[in-house]
This record gives sequence, C-alpha cells and structure tokens, in this order.
Amino acid sequence: MHTALLLEMAAGALADRTATGPVSHGVTYAELAARARAGGVWLHGQGGGTVVFIGLNGPMMPVTLFASAEIARPFAPLNYRLQDAELRRLLARTAPSVAIVDDDMMGRVEGVEGALVVARSKFEAICADPQYREADAPDADHDIAVLLFTSGTTGEPKVAVLRHRHLASYVISTVEFMHADEDEATLVSVPPYHIAGIAAVLTSVYAGRRTVYLPTFTPEAWVDLAAEEAITHAMLVPTMLGRILDVLEKTGERLPALRSLSYGGGRMPQAVVEKALALLPHVDFVNGYGLTETSSTVAVLTADDHRAAISSDDPAVRRRLGSVGRPLPAIELEIRDPDGAVLPAGQSGEVYVRGEQISGEYLHKKVLQDDGWFATNDAGWVDDEGYLFVEGRLDDVIVRGGENISPGEIEDVLRQHPRVRDVAVFGVPDDQWGEKVACAIVCEDGHPSTDELAGWVRSRLRSTKTPEVWSFRAALPYNDTGKLLRRQLKAEVTAQQLADA
Amino acid sequence: MELKPGSRWKSVACDTEVVVVRATAGAAQLECGGHPMIAHTEAKPAGLALSEDHSVGTQAGKRFADDVSGLEVLCTKGGKGSLSIDGRAIGAKEAKKLPASD
Repeated sequence: MHTALLLEMAAGALADRTATGPVSHGVTYAELAARARAGGVWLHGQGGGTVVFIGLNGPMMPVTLFASAEIARPFAPLNYRLQDAELRRLLARTAPSVAIVDDDMMGRVEGVEGALVVARSKFEAICADPQYREADAPDADHDIAVLLFTSGTTGEPKVAVLRHRHLASYVISTVEFMHADEDEATLVSVPPYHIAGIAAVLTSVYAGRRTVYLPTFTPEAWVDLAAEEAITHAMLVPTMLGRILDVLEKTGERLPALRSLSYGGGRMPQAVVEKALALLPHVDFVNGYGLTETSSTVAVLTADDHRAAISSDDPAVRRRLGSVGRPLPAIELEIRDPDGAVLPAGQSGEVYVRGEQISGEYLHKKVLQDDGWFATNDAGWVDDEGYLFVEGRLDDVIVRGGENISPGEIEDVLRQHPRVRDVAVFGVPDDQWGEKVACAIVCEDGHPSTDELAGWVRSRLRSTKTPEVWSFRAALPYNDTGKLLRRQLKAEVTAQQLADA
Repeated sequence: MELKPGSRWKSVACDTEVVVVRATAGAAQLECGGHPMIAHTEAKPAGLALSEDHSVGTQAGKRFADDVSGLEVLCTKGGKGSLSIDGRAIGAKEAKKLPASD
C-alpha cells in the first residue's frame, strides 16, 4: 500500500465531494487527485530528490504531499518559523531537492546549494496546466513517504523516516474508508511539519471528510472559522484547546455543529479537559497519544472513556481522564524496566510499542529493535484495565538520591492549586542528592508563599517529591507546536542556582 | 495473479472494484461474480455474465477477508457480484468500531 492510493480511492468513490476548502468553492476529490498527478508529473521532470514544502498550511499542502507520493519521492515539510540560517541549513540537508515555497518566503531560502526553489503560486499554476494533467505519472516503487525533522528541543534536529507502508497501515487500521457523512468537515490548525498535520490529510481523505485550513492559529480566528464553516471535527494541541475554551467562555459561542475534538501532542492538564467537557457537552473528546516515529496515534482515550471517567465516583476510573487511553487494536504495548523486563500493571517504566505503523527510524539510523519493538523514550504505566498513563520523557525523570521522580505527577498536583496557572517540574544538580526537584511556576494574583505550595505538594505526595527550588514566572516557554521547553527552563534555573551559590 | 498490497482489481461481470490491503501467503486467484478479476488498468472483456452462485453483491467501503489465505481486500466500488478466492466465497468483515483520533 502507498499513500497516493488513498487519494486515488477517494477520487474514484467520491469524485464530486469537496476535499479541501469551503463547500461553495472548494476543491473536489477528483480535482485534488488531478492536481496532485499534474504536480507529480512536473516534479518528476525536475530531476531526483526530496520534495520540500516551506510555507503556511493550506490546500496546497495535500496537493504537494500527494504529488510527491504519486512519483514516490519523499515529502519533507520544514518549519518556516525557524530563523533563516537554521531553515537554510535544514533545506541544505534535504539536497538534492525541489522546494515548494510560499511566495513571500522565497527570499529566505534562495541560493541553497542542491535545492531548486519554486514559488507556491508557480506550482499551483503547474498543477492546473493541461500539459501536465493529461500526462501519465511514471510508475514508481513506493518507499519513503515523509521525512520529518524533529523539533530539536533535545539537540540537533533528527530526520524521522516514515515509509508508505507505515502511514498506509495507520490509516487503514484506524479509519473506515469513506465513512464520513457529506456534511463533515475537519479544521486543521496544526502546522504542515507536524505529524498530526500529515495524519490529518491522510485520514480525512480516506474517510471522505472535507478539510478546512487555518494557516495561522489564534483562538479567535479558530472559533470564527469553525462557526463559519460548520466544522464538525478538529485536532488540537493542549495549549490551543485551553485558549479556545477561554474565547468560548467570553463570547458565548458554543459551535453547535462541532461533534468531535481530538487533542494530543503534549500533556493536557486535567482541569482543561474537565472545563472542555462542561462547556461543550455536545462534543466527543478524544485524546490521542503518539509520536512522529509511530506515524502519529498509538493509543486513544475515546469519547466514551471521557464520559465514563468524568461521571465516575471511583477514583481509579476518574483518574483515567488524565490517561491517554488504550492502545489501538493494531498496536502492542509494553512497559519495561531499564533491563528490558516487562513490568506488570501499576508499575512505571519505559513505554514500548510494536505494530505495522511504527517506523522507529531516523535517516541513517534505525532504532527499531529486530523483533519490531520501539522504545518511545516516554515514561509511563498502565492500570488494571490497560489505560496508559504517560509521565513524560524518560530523560526528564528526576533522579534524587536513587529515587526516580517523574515531573508529571508533581505538576498535576500543583495545577490543582486554585492559584496555579501553569507549572513545569524538572531536576537541577544537587551536591548531596545528585539532583533535586525544581519547578517553574505561573500563578494568579501575585503568588502563594513557597511554604504554602510546598505544603500543598507534601500533603498529597511523598516529601521527597516536594520541590525545593521555586522559580516564579509570568509565562512558561513553549515552541510553536505547544511543546514545553523544559530543558531551557532547567538550564536557566541551574544557572541561577550556580550564580546564587 | 499477484495480489500485492495496494494492487487494484476489477470485476469482469459487474462494477465491483477492490484494492488489496493484505496479501496472500501463497499464490491465489481472486474472483468476483464467479470470474477471475482483472487488473484495474486492463480493458474489460465483453459478454461475461454474473454467476448466480456469486451474486450477493459488494458494497463500497466494506472489507473482505479470507482466513485461509490471509487475503484482505477493500471494496472501492460496489457491484452485483460477490467475491471469492480459488472458488471459495469470502464474506465481508464485521465493521469494527475504530477509535479515530484525527
């Protein structure tokens, strides 16, 4: 299977249905397929290599993705928000390549050796040109579908390799072909270089669901567009959902057409989920957990799981609102200790997954084990019913005097304090214990005393888990896809500690 | 016929079209309406009638799986014929409720 086939199938079965854009003047599935084919024919004539996409998300993203797939070239969307020098460096790493670039970004990337840059408007015209539309796309062996640069919060960005078989497996095992009703529409507000942006294109096409793009996210614009386009489905990262709820609260808008909101890509504060369920009772909330290297989602907390948890008096059921649900049917999941032994329910270790959609591969480096298991580098545990609780990146676990302390648990407790708005917990070096627990915290109305906050944690968790270092801040740093920049905080607070010593 | 994943086939006796989702372990012949299916790009021969024994029909969007050979196909276009493999009828898979997250 390959991803171009997903569009061919949709174009065959639902030719006249709107694939992208508004119903009144959107692009049908037949037209999307025709544009992608024309784009592919033209790209094929430009010589070998990767097809790079630099620009805002929009209808040309699926055209370019499928054009690349049509001729079996890797599709590599780059983060246009990077500094020019960094963007040019990543573009150079894709050479030889053809880059489709937003017209107003052309000046930022011209002259990179090995990369032919083409303005988006020119490529758009090519995709409408009869001489390419009427040509046959060449036969090709489909191998690498997508190359995604990791965000590089842990160092030099790595290139994750997603092959056609991984992405097609994910789509086919999680979505029923053309099951979407004609009035369904999904709003994509994640950037094109995020795995969720790739997955959204493939699953929407296969389901037969119209896709509407919000090129630049603001919560107000998201709400306006969702209302205007009668959006039924959307995927959000946690920070987006919180900000959208604030707007809904303020304006009174309740988005009656909305049916399903899925969220993922980071830790979602339980208070935000509870607020969302209360504010939008007509909406199904779905939490998806996955990584770039796993072709997006591997575990799902379904809408029914959300409802069961919120209405339960049983603390074990109720706390599942903070879990990422259970593995997809096609995914095996294990929790292992550092020696590789599988741990029973209730014990924390590293999350391992296996399945046909798991790539576990970077350019020039395969990290998938021979038996197909992939170590996610996430710490977590499962409860008796198999619900997975993700505690954060394994590298973020604090080791204090030989005890492993996961930041997530402490953050959850602090977030429940009425005056705490946001918090990040991490380890800083300590002469006596190796590491000690530190936190960066955002409070309302000034801030409570550190004694009060420490007491709040100590009364709910073991004393060793109580933060010893407190850094009060106006806001915490996040990257543009909502990922907390924990290492930046850790470096700052560590430097401050050394300066104070 | 090589039933590779992603390969597309059409019926000679009705409108049915399928795509192979999971390949067979060994060689096998996929049929619809009682006749071997042909590659999606091939021209349909005229005059082949639907066999009454293979006329339950197919529906677009449904998946069909054969436990014996391991073959799984997805119907992309429905028709009057029904699918079989080496003469053995293959039924539609129960549509399982899938936890979509996108």
